[in-house]
Amino acid sequence: MSDLEALYQSIILDHNRRPKNFGELPAPVQHAAGKNPLCGDEVAVYVKLDGDRLSEVSFTGKGCAISRASASLMTGAVKGKTRAEADALFDLFHDVVTGKVKAEDHKAELGSLIALGGVAKFPVRVKCASMAWHTLKKALESPTS
Amino acid sequence: MSLAPRTDFPLLTANPELHYLDSAATAQKPQAVLDAVDAFYKEANANPRRGAYAISYEATQRYQHARETIAKFLGSADPECLVFVRGTTEAMNLVAATAGRVNVGAGDNIVTTALEHHASFVTFQRAAIEANAQFRIAELQADLTLDLNHFASLLDARTKIVAVTHVSNALGLITPVADVVKLVRQKAPRAVIVLDGAQSAPHLPVDFDSLGVDFYAFSGHKLGGPMGIGGLIGRKSLLEALPPYQTGGDMIETVGDQETTWNAVPFKFEAGTPNAAGAVGLAAACDYLTALGPSRVRAHEVALISSLVTSLASIDGVTVHGPAGVSDAVMALRSGAVSFELAEAHPHDLATILDQHGVAIRAGHHCCQPLMRRLGVAATARASVFVYSDERDVKALGGALEHARVVFAGA
Repeated sequence: MSDLEALYQSIILDHNRRPKNFGELPAPVQHAAGKNPLCGDEVAVYVKLDGDRLSEVSFTGKGCAISRASASLMTGAVKGKTRAEADALFDLFHDVVTGKVKAEDHKAELGSLIALGGVAKFPVRVKCASMAWHTLKKALESPTS
Repeated sequence: MSLAPRTDFPLLTANPELHYLDSAATAQKPQAVLDAVDAFYKEANANPRRGAYAISYEATQRYQHARETIAKFLGSADPECLVFVRGTTEAMNLVAATAGRVNVGAGDNIVTTALEHHASFVTFQRAAIEANAQFRIAELQADLTLDLNHFASLLDARTKIVAVTHVSNALGLITPVADVVKLVRQKAPRAVIVLDGAQSAPHLPVDFDSLGVDFYAFSGHKLGGPMGIGGLIGRKSLLEALPPYQTGGDMIETVGDQETTWNAVPFKFEAGTPNAAGAVGLAAACDYLTALGPSRVRAHEVALISSLVTSLASIDGVTVHGPAGVSDAVMALRSGAVSFELAEAHPHDLATILDQHGVAIRAGHHCCQPLMRRLGVAATARASVFVYSDERDVKALGGALEHARVVFAGA
């Protein structure tokens, strides 16, 4: 598989075309918006907490295939996790896309997020892959409205 | 065939497989430019216009000669009408901080267009806000060329600055400057016109003295010069009447305890040690383009852009922004950049795939968010050419786009 094929795997292209959990969540909800000033991409992340657990997560926005697929995969990956678990998953994901750790070594924890492992070979695309995660973090710190 | 041999450009020589189609962002540098900068530091490095010794005189001579060469290249008969700045962005800020501060007051207005680069748009938007003036934006026609009727409707006796791009950096479309100037002089007699020449200086034969505008701003790096040097050409009487921009060394005449008088134009606007090596390098770039011949540069670009537009339009799912076709009338409106989109593919993804084919294009908002909003997109893909570009680059782009189309074809 070439670097390019690894980046644009069919799972990425599928999530780009038909993203999961796409749309706003009804209030009361915590949400935040993220923006990549370089390319103009935008994402908004909505999260409902049940105690310490992320019971529902969704996103809206427009952007490249990597940012949309990453947002879509993220919503699935963090749903049902505690805040601490979601934070830890982001740390691991960030280490994977920035090439600090190998995706293959963390298959179980990453689950379907492993599809974004190819980003590590494309440093200029790290922002695209991590924008939704940064925005989720911001949403979790925002008041419910 | 390219107009200039690729071997004149060390970066292209070192990367024979590179298809560099992002010259609108910055042009590659000919060896002659690198040599001129190198020679300045090796043979003439002293602070120009200061020392009384031989090397300082040599630095002053080279710096002065650079001013003459660059002014002549852009059609200013008087080299003292050329103020050196870091680039177009600083030139715009200079105009806002001088002409803007003096001329624009509450109830006045500044007129611009929806095509402008943020360097101009944001600078004059802020100037308008600070002066409590209106900021008026001329809209575009369906083919994305400037709507001159709408533009005319925005001009009045309270218009103090008109800021218009000569060539749109995002779309590569040429503004009808003669029409703009005529309308402004008829309807807004108190306005100064500042033309953004960042994308015209590298591509079009420019004759400042006959353009009829008051200011012309440009960046050296886009025409093959070093980064960090550019200029603002202004009408002499206007430059003389304006207050200084930054204050400091060399821009003064006499410094008293309580007041200071200013040096003559252009030095009044050039505080501090100048980027003399940059100016010398930029002059070498102008010499390089003069040797190629500005009209041949334009003809080369028209042929290549025509081929590029035709190639793009032949690919399924590709939309080219701007007037359709490559008739003589359309090509008279097109300069060295073309913006396009591939259905189902975000420009950012496109750029990554093209990069894997050795094709470097720009994907983004091109510092033109107001324009992107009007196009209804967050970003576009842009391919741009210069004197070293050739048909092989156009062909490589076409091939790479076919691949991208396959990757993103609906599944």
